[in-house]
Amino acid sequence: MIKALAHKLIWAALTLVVASVLVFFALEIVPGDPAEVMLGINATDEAIAALRKQLGIDLPPLQRYFAWVGGLLTGDLGTSYTYSVPVLELVTERVVVSLPLALMALFLSTAIAIPVGLIAAGKRGTMADTGIMAVTQIGIAIPNFWFALLLVYVLALWLQWVPAGGFPGWEKGWWPGLNALLLPAIALALPQAAILSRVTRSALLETLGEDYIRTARAKGLSRRATLSRHALRNALIPVVTIIGLQFAYLLAGTIIIENVFYLPGLGRLLFQAINLRDLILVESVVMLLVATIIAVNFLVDLTYVWIDPRLRSTNKAGNTATNRAGNTSGTEAQTDGAS
Amino acid sequence: MTAQASTPHQPLRSRSHTFWLQARSNRSFMTGIAITASVVAMALISFAWTPYDVLELDIASKLQSPSLSHWFGTDHFGRDILSMIMVGARNSIAVALVAVVIGIGVGVPLGCWAASRGGLMGEALMRGNDLIFAFPALLSAVIITAIFGPGAINAIIAIGIFNIPVFARLARGATLSLLTREFVLAARVAGKGSVRIIAEHILPNMANLLVVQGTIAFALGILQEAGLAYVGLGTQPPFPSWGKMLNEAQTMMSFAPHMAIVPGLAIVVTVLGLNLLGDGLRDILDPRLSKARE
Amino acid sequence: MGFETRKTCTRALALGVCTVGLALAGTSALSTMAHAAKTTLTMGMVLEPPHLDPTAGAPAAIDEVVYANVFEGLTRIAPNGAVVPSLAESWTVSDDGKTYTFNLREGVNFHDGSAFESTDVKFSIERAMAEGSTNAQKALFSAIDSVTATDPGTVTISLKNPTGNFLFNMAWGDAVIVAPESADTNKANPVGTGPFQFSRWAKGSAVDLVRNEAYWGTKAALEKATFRFISDPAAALSAMLAGDVDAFANFPAPESIPQLRADPRFTVVVGSTEGETILSTNNQRPPFNDVRVRQAMAHAIDRQAIIDGAMFGLGTPIGTHFAPHHPAYVDLVGQYEFNPEKAKALLAEAGFADGIKATLKLPPPSYARRGGEIIASQLRKVGIELEIIPVEWGVWVPEVFKGKDYDLTIVSHTEPMDIGIYGRDDYYFNYDSPDFKALMASLDGEADEQKRYALMSDAQKVLANDAVNGFLFQLAKAGVWNAKLNGMWENSPIQANDITGVSWSD
Repeated sequence: MIKALAHKLIWAALTLVVASVLVFFALEIVPGDPAEVMLGINATDEAIAALRKQLGIDLPPLQRYFAWVGGLLTGDLGTSYTYSVPVLELVTERVVVSLPLALMALFLSTAIAIPVGLIAAGKRGTMADTGIMAVTQIGIAIPNFWFALLLVYVLALWLQWVPAGGFPGWEKGWWPGLNALLLPAIALALPQAAILSRVTRSALLETLGEDYIRTARAKGLSRRATLSRHALRNALIPVVTIIGLQFAYLLAGTIIIENVFYLPGLGRLLFQAINLRDLILVESVVMLLVATIIAVNFLVDLTYVWIDPRLRSTNKAGNTATNRAGNTSGTEAQTDGAS
Repeated sequence: MTAQASTPHQPLRSRSHTFWLQARSNRSFMTGIAITASVVAMALISFAWTPYDVLELDIASKLQSPSLSHWFGTDHFGRDILSMIMVGARNSIAVALVAVVIGIGVGVPLGCWAASRGGLMGEALMRGNDLIFAFPALLSAVIITAIFGPGAINAIIAIGIFNIPVFARLARGATLSLLTREFVLAARVAGKGSVRIIAEHILPNMANLLVVQGTIAFALGILQEAGLAYVGLGTQPPFPSWGKMLNEAQTMMSFAPHMAIVPGLAIVVTVLGLNLLGDGLRDILDPRLSKARE
Repeated sequence: MGFETRKTCTRALALGVCTVGLALAGTSALSTMAHAAKTTLTMGMVLEPPHLDPTAGAPAAIDEVVYANVFEGLTRIAPNGAVVPSLAESWTVSDDGKTYTFNLREGVNFHDGSAFESTDVKFSIERAMAEGSTNAQKALFSAIDSVTATDPGTVTISLKNPTGNFLFNMAWGDAVIVAPESADTNKANPVGTGPFQFSRWAKGSAVDLVRNEAYWGTKAALEKATFRFISDPAAALSAMLAGDVDAFANFPAPESIPQLRADPRFTVVVGSTEGETILSTNNQRPPFNDVRVRQAMAHAIDRQAIIDGAMFGLGTPIGTHFAPHHPAYVDLVGQYEFNPEKAKALLAEAGFADGIKATLKLPPPSYARRGGEIIASQLRKVGIELEIIPVEWGVWVPEVFKGKDYDLTIVSHTEPMDIGIYGRDDYYFNYDSPDFKALMASLDGEADEQKRYALMSDAQKVLANDAVNGFLFQLAKAGVWNAKLNGMWENSPIQANDITGVSWSD
């Protein structure tokens, strides 16, 4: 197992290196010059040249690449071209919005999905099961940004229960902050919950078919007890996989929702940075996200071992994780989960 | 999903016969195919006829609520929303379908190749997959469109790239498990080369899996296309797309909610139809799984 | 945030003492006024500034936060567009029009406590002019020959040649006065002389300003102002309706204006801006190098439909590149009436009876994106097929504006009095008219207002006759604010959100 993890770590490092090359040189060929964008249409060529020099973007790409990677290795993410403050500072300001939002959405989604999945599996074939499955099927089909729009329209504009958007900042206290994140979190969580409850249900049903569960039942354990005591734990592997994927998706993939609610999150920072051609900011943030996603996948692998001690002796966890961790987009997860 | 490659291929006619027998009693499948067929039909009809010309702007009749002359109302340029939904269906289907074709066309050969070569190549391929997946999808789409400019083609590329690893993984898993089956071993003993074995024995046996996965990727493609178009990175005007219609509707929700509701429902219904179809197909084509579910 | 040096800390301490004294005075003054009045303002803005130094960047968003509020120049633009004194109390101009002597206000301090003196003026202007300067509007300073700090209260500026617009130029945000000590850190921590001082910037979200209690002039009524950045028009509407934002000087969603207008909680004022919105045309590229093709397009475009469709009725049609509220404006809207038949005839005459295919590159603002769709639909009817290519500013600037690689584009030229761009060599219109250049040359040397107006009106006519660009409409500014707010600017003679005179009425 340790060998397998070490193996994964090496690959993770290699992935990061390749990713850094990809990101850097992909952005090199994006048309548009940061200095030109910053100075606008009336700037003289001289002023632009001066700014390019000031920003250090007049240097050859290779030199800038190594300077950037060197910085990353020492924890220096560089200085944003447009904002002229350290990238780390910008990222920190955004992470305190994005991370709580992702965690809230993840919590909501899990808190809804696991009980729903348990109920559906427990009452398989009944009206309740059919009803739940129908609702989740629709939930999967709803684009989260459309759902967000409907939520804003009904809850914020019409009923005026929650703020329509914006983020007051944590320094105003945790309640206004959480309140502002509630609607976006719901918009993100419900479609995810639909997927996750289907995954939970089918994973449960699959484990229920296995021999040791039959044995437990034969020993006289109630169906309910079997479900929650034995089946759930063993069904957790696909569930945790999906949760891991959803977390990675939530952290970076919320650009659209952040726009609907005008939250100052990581996704919007990136979107703006790309439009302003603040390349160093884009590069560093993308690398940070890639590293986070790789780390989350790694954690998911570790969780497998914790859930299923049998995996400790084999190499299976590593492979399962690789196979499972594939689908970044939360919605894609349904394929894995349902199988 | 990887290990569930189905039984060695049977005579074609009997296979399709069993398929339809099962399909008729499968509610998911029947609902799914009905919805999908209607959406496809709508898109096809739009080539020949739409109630109004979607390229024709009629500012004077803008923002009308649904009525007899405009069933779904008009948008801010006075265009007929029903017509736009019909033409938009074309676009959604085309983008998602081509993205699936890219996924299968590139992913399946890669997966088969990695499986038959095994060892380091296989490992490297799977790492490549991980690499793609380590990039947040929407973000990569934003970068791709920043390089090439927004447009339907680039939306296809952005979505297609993310389909490749899905199919590569699927194909690799299926190939690995099929390679150990007797009929493949027999073919090998008979002296057939790897390419021939893959083409004659592996691919036909993988087809079911591909159809199921393809349907689901198709549904996801429609959602992703809508998302990209919504942030302005998909199909460009004047051609309508559902995601773009939602984007335009956003500021007008308070006085023209139909502009947001109709395209949203179009997306939901289409994706729902495809997902139901995919579920139905899985039940029918994958007997092992269906049994496990009962 | 990490830019606080020890020096500014000690200064802040000194300032703190001084603030307490004034705050006490302020309280007694306040108590005589209506005491329930709110003293904070949350102002919505569409774009977030990349940084806060107006002397080192073009984005209007910078000026929209700091102009007149944080930074002041020698002169400034008043709400009616006039040039009025600011840090310069008064000035004299020599008879040859080449020497300006400014008398500076006394007792003015920068927010860090350092005194404002003539050396700061000299420093600021020379910094902007210097080689290696990143000032986005260096042209404003091009006429300056030298700056002399005669004594602490007097600055003399000599020009190379008389410049009619000089006082106006010095009122731009790019010409504000900064202190040498803080010039390099103004991007993140702007230090000016204005009635508000910078307090906090939550990147991606908002900039907070607080009242400068030591301000040299009339102190602001507001104690605190927050500029909140909301790029999404739908979110802007939600924020306004929910009361999260008190005012939008320029509301981004014209479609919502009727709704807001019907709501008694809000005041909606549609004002004018300096933004001539035009269908910029590459005058060198065939077939647009043929004046008949350009005239045909002018006849094919229904301006009112564009204003109704793209701007929901907000905007004034224009027939040339000139602001309708300017006294020298000539109404040439009728010169090319909407007449598709005539357009087709002109195209046929020019040899394009079979139609034209071209591209239309559209930058992000909704006037361009929506207007572009409508124009494409209108031109299609006369046989001009346009392929719409949406571009980000990051692409538009190098490709269209610098590279002149375009057929048509739509953009609003928001600089005040910018008809002179048609006389520039190498400008992206690729328009080259000796007549026009001659007019501009006479205008530059003319000081008499009536004669200047006459020249301006001739210039407008030349542009209309040549149908240089598709002249669409003057961008309107839909200001929306809480009905209890007073003192908001109705028009936008310069891109700024001057909140120095804003107050709440109860």
